[in-house]
Amino acid sequence: MAVEAKAKETGGGETGTQFTVDDYRRAYEDMLLIRRFEEKAGQLYGMGLIGGFCHLYIGQEAVVVGAQMAMQEGDQVITGYRDHGHMLATGMDAKGVMAELTGRASGYSKGKGGSMHMFSVEKNFYGGHGIVGAQVSLGTGIAFANRYRENGAVALTYFGDGASNQGQVYESFNMAKLWSLPVVYMIENNKYGMGTSIDRASANTDLSQRGASFGIPGEQVDGMHVETMRDAVARALEHARSGKGPYILEMLTYRYRGHSMSDPAKYRTRDEVNEYRQKRDPIDHVRDILISQHGVKEDAIKAIDKRVRDTVNTAAEFAQSEPEPDPSELWTDVVR
Amino acid sequence: MPTEILMPALSPTMEEGKLAKWLKSVGDNVAPGDVIAEIETDKATMEVEAVDEGTLGKILVEEGTEGVPVNAPIAVLLGEGESESDIGAAAAPTPEKAPASESSAPAAAADGPKPTGSLSADAPRPPAAPRSGPAPAEMPDDQPAEPDVPAGTEMKQITVREALRDAMAEEMRADGDVFLMGEEVAEYQGAYKVSQGLLEEFGARRVVDTPITEHGFAGLGVGAAMAGLKPIVEFMTFNFAMQAIDQIINSAAKTHYMSGGFIKSQIVFRGPNGAAARVAAQHSQDFASWYAHVPGHRVIQPYSAMDAKGLLKAAIRDPNPVIFLENEILYGQTFEVPAEMDFVLPIGKAKVEKTGRDVTIVSFGIGMTYAMKAAAELAQMGIDAEVVNLRTIRPLDIDTVIKSVQKTNRCVTVEEAFPTCSISSEIGYQLMEKAFDFLDAPVLRVTGKDVPMPYAANLEKLALPSVAEVIDAVKAVTYRT
Ligand SMILES: Cc1ncc(C[n+]2csc(CCOP(=O)(O)OP(=O)(O)O)c2C)c(N)n1
Ligand SMILES: [Mg+2]
Repeated sequence: MAVEAKAKETGGGETGTQFTVDDYRRAYEDMLLIRRFEEKAGQLYGMGLIGGFCHLYIGQEAVVVGAQMAMQEGDQVITGYRDHGHMLATGMDAKGVMAELTGRASGYSKGKGGSMHMFSVEKNFYGGHGIVGAQVSLGTGIAFANRYRENGAVALTYFGDGASNQGQVYESFNMAKLWSLPVVYMIENNKYGMGTSIDRASANTDLSQRGASFGIPGEQVDGMHVETMRDAVARALEHARSGKGPYILEMLTYRYRGHSMSDPAKYRTRDEVNEYRQKRDPIDHVRDILISQHGVKEDAIKAIDKRVRDTVNTAAEFAQSEPEPDPSELWTDVVR
Repeated sequence: MPTEILMPALSPTMEEGKLAKWLKSVGDNVAPGDVIAEIETDKATMEVEAVDEGTLGKILVEEGTEGVPVNAPIAVLLGEGESESDIGAAAAPTPEKAPASESSAPAAAADGPKPTGSLSADAPRPPAAPRSGPAPAEMPDDQPAEPDVPAGTEMKQITVREALRDAMAEEMRADGDVFLMGEEVAEYQGAYKVSQGLLEEFGARRVVDTPITEHGFAGLGVGAAMAGLKPIVEFMTFNFAMQAIDQIINSAAKTHYMSGGFIKSQIVFRGPNGAAARVAAQHSQDFASWYAHVPGHRVIQPYSAMDAKGLLKAAIRDPNPVIFLENEILYGQTFEVPAEMDFVLPIGKAKVEKTGRDVTIVSFGIGMTYAMKAAAELAQMGIDAEVVNLRTIRPLDIDTVIKSVQKTNRCVTVEEAFPTCSISSEIGYQLMEKAFDFLDAPVLRVTGKDVPMPYAANLEKLALPSVAEVIDAVKAVTYRT
């Protein structure tokens, strides 16, 4: 059978050696940007400046940043509604993302999409989707187009542990394998789909093996370590790009905040959250390595922190001072 | 400078909440992420996490305080080296008043609808309308609308949310074949807290949390119904029922007919439908006309708690598939229902919520909030509107609408859905077919705009119907300017 042996969950230390100090610096800054951006978004939501649903990515930063470090120019990303981190990782502008959150004309979707629906043709980011599981077929379709055009690109298709139970996921798996489509299925297993823990929703909780009956190889990855993330995604991309078809990565990760802003959080204990926050934080991990293994000085770290804070504050100011869309925009973009 | 901690908005529809409990005291150190307080909204109790670092300098809102508006300062946080004496200096960091915050909730959510019947109380007599027969002064008093409950029935005030829960609980007590299934219905108590307490009372056998797999569990529900059970399938919202539409239409609605009447599917598909607040295109759609298009099932869209209670009980007992379209914004609104337990309303019967002589406004579900407010404002202008609440969309009680139009000779329909092939289209057509001679003006419709729901606060407001649009339409059909 084509399914490869399950990779062992590895700690960051093992593969960390291949990571240069510059890699760590970049990873630190990129992850911190997502963290601070999300904290700010949470704050603006609390002030009523952001409305509707707002799903924060805090805790999961290493997943998208590690993946981005392994991607090549032209590879695409598609995800669900917990999408701010994915957008920032692809290099989309924090100002445009924040302005979309506040529903302003200069947001990525001109204020029409909001938190869950942003796109960037330039950065190959295909959204931003609100219907759980729908992006899995869409990402498979992007991969279909890649193979059709033979452009060498791979579609990274992200979805959650909860989404992994939707039927169209398996319909997509079958087609992707049948037609050897260049797609990497990126399952972000943060242990919960809303208030339902994975073991209350899934008969088999090893999501990396969900492609087994189609012969799609998969592995579990420590999603709290950016180094393991980069390595695993590099492996998966190589597999998909070389014409062998789809690959599944199940990232073991954790979201610190509630599912969305209104989450009574009665389904997990504070201790569980603190365990991750205090002992397994992906950003603390990289900061520690920078300082203890690479001798980077506290001042240099502080300089990065400040740069990130400035970027986020600028984005927040921009997002509050830009105008709302012109009323005539109500009628534009419905069809071409 | 000390930072004020503000009452946070914790959900798309929250405007105020109760400060239930302080978990930190004055003098305590606070780090970002620390839980500092618990807040109760109509939906749930939630924890408030600190965003900034510091020492809790002062508590401005004591625990137990109800109705604390979003953005009101609730405490003051002192930074490094600051003391209580600095507090006076803390200018209230009034969040920059963005245009967004003024219009963040749809107009309908702003204040609850007036209790039934109170609207026409002191309306001035309408002046003679140009073409509506005898002068109002000479008109006989209207027949009062047929009451839902006999005079003297003891009533109580409950929210639509509670009415739905009570309806399910009562029917589950009465019939062991009734069970509830859906995402987050059991342990989480419902994503919108509609199934609160049901798991405790009925246990996990009858209150079933499903994986996120709408097509699968809708089909499973239909199969269970074919086998004789009476499932209530909750969709977290009807937007997600689109994943399951094949089973709802092709399996549930058609099987009775296809089997020559031998297989029934007694199943209720229910959940919030339509726009909530700022949740954008994929999460804001009214599916009434989609379902109403299809023969083989019933489609209900309740407005008040009375509708919700009486019709959900009827839906659970009905031997057919029933699509029961609720609304998130209405969940928290309070109405009267009979205090007595077994209150059931007939499916397929509209209700005249307010009698009037000059124009008939027909609506349903949340559309009723615009209709009722418009009727109240029209009364001030001397236009006496009759408001018909359809309650059931399929079968449509066109007779009640016709009866009203025979009296008023004018009709305006109101709904939040898109205009094309809407319920309004259907009513307009049926009136033309069956009451053409009674119409003194074309039937006008007030609907959501023909665009996907935009996210931006100003655009969302424009996309939804408004009370002003209803008033304009009424003026047009009554030839007022
Ligand atoms: C088809 C569909 N069903 C239900 C929902 C409501 N919903 C939004 S997110 C979510 C949980 C998804 O969990 P998971 O896939 O684990 O992603 P996470 O939120 O943990 O990132 C649910 C049930 C939806 N948006 N779409
Ligand atoms: Mg999850």
